[in-house]
Amino acid sequence: MHYVSEILPSLISGTGMTLSIFFWTIIISIPLGILVGLGMLTKFKPLTWVINIYVWLMRGTPLLLQLIFVFYGLPIIGVVFPRYEAALFAFILNYTAYFAEIFRGGLQAIPVGQYESARVLRLTNWQTLRKIVIPQVVKIVLPSIGNEVINLVKDSSLVYVIGLGDLLRAGNVAMARDVTLLPMVLVAVIYLLLTAVCTLVLRRLEKHYSYWR
Amino acid sequence: MLELKNISKKFDGKVILDNVNLTVKDGQILTIVGPSGAGKTTLLRCISGLAPVDGGQFLLDGKAFDPATNRDNDSVIGVVFQDFQLFPNLTVLQNVTLAPTMVLKKDAQAVTTEARNLLKRLNLDGKADLYPYELSGGQKQRVAIVRALAMHPKLLCYDEPTSALDPDLRHEVEQIILNLKQEGMTQIVVTHDIPFAENIADQMLRVEPKQN
Repeated sequence: MHYVSEILPSLISGTGMTLSIFFWTIIISIPLGILVGLGMLTKFKPLTWVINIYVWLMRGTPLLLQLIFVFYGLPIIGVVFPRYEAALFAFILNYTAYFAEIFRGGLQAIPVGQYESARVLRLTNWQTLRKIVIPQVVKIVLPSIGNEVINLVKDSSLVYVIGLGDLLRAGNVAMARDVTLLPMVLVAVIYLLLTAVCTLVLRRLEKHYSYWR
Repeated sequence: MLELKNISKKFDGKVILDNVNLTVKDGQILTIVGPSGAGKTTLLRCISGLAPVDGGQFLLDGKAFDPATNRDNDSVIGVVFQDFQLFPNLTVLQNVTLAPTMVLKKDAQAVTTEARNLLKRLNLDGKADLYPYELSGGQKQRVAIVRALAMHPKLLCYDEPTSALDPDLRHEVEQIILNLKQEGMTQIVVTHDIPFAENIADQMLRVEPKQN
């Protein structure tokens, strides 16, 4: 117990970094994902090509590799990010691609008839989007978004590769120093707590939207 | 009175509607019948503004109008879709009141009162706060009719109103359409169900597939 209270402060400060990456990625990637998802559905071909290549690159290569490229690769062409910003940039790029795919699917799942029905009632495009399309899309995408959110909690551990002090790294340091697995057990417990909170929040949200089918 | 003059419509160079001329007098029922693929639904989509026409003219009470761009605050055409297309995320009442409050900018209280009266008249008492998934097919259709009526259209269009219903509900739809006629509603009904069409029609239009 004494040992636990000794290493807990460093683990908690590592958790701070993990949460900071997590929240900023969510806050920025979801709105960006909506925009990119809408972009995939436009009739302007050059835009959809660019987006498709971007999504292909982001989903087709490991996030770990993308982190390395952003932090060690981009300086070669003169773009230098500090560690934290590099990590955030890579995460946002990666997760926006996934969210965009989810929103594209959600938008395409709305039957054309819903738009036509709104049109003959002479609702404007904006009214149709706000009152009919968005509420339906949110309900459709929620489970998939939830999956990505849970993944993100754990993916954030990849930032160790560019030397950021997150939760996993804090545990790693303690494990190497004290030659015991106990810090890693604590790390696992903290990750489980974080994902449990996410799961609960997502359940709540899904339940909130379960009043219609 | 709605008049169509030389309305034509093509899809990828294929002629679907070739110089259609017709007149629907106020308070009358026009049925459009014909085999699948003859362009019945296309004609209805043109009249309701969902598909632009390639030629011809629409006249409403003698004045030219374009259903595809007509978006002022004077509602003209209501549509009851084959699969109803109620909004699943809204209650029955919200389905009905959404457009009158947002588009016609009517007072919410007045719109709600009117919607409840309309629901009652179409035998949907007590369904106002249900969601569409809780309704039967016939109930959904009646909600779709109420939703269209709440916009006070000059003309109400139905696309295959009997196709998604049990056979014994056909008579009920007939009754609703004939009751609305009594109240002076002008109606256009697209159907492949000839006996049904004959029972309600003041005027029947047969469309045949174009050979080309």
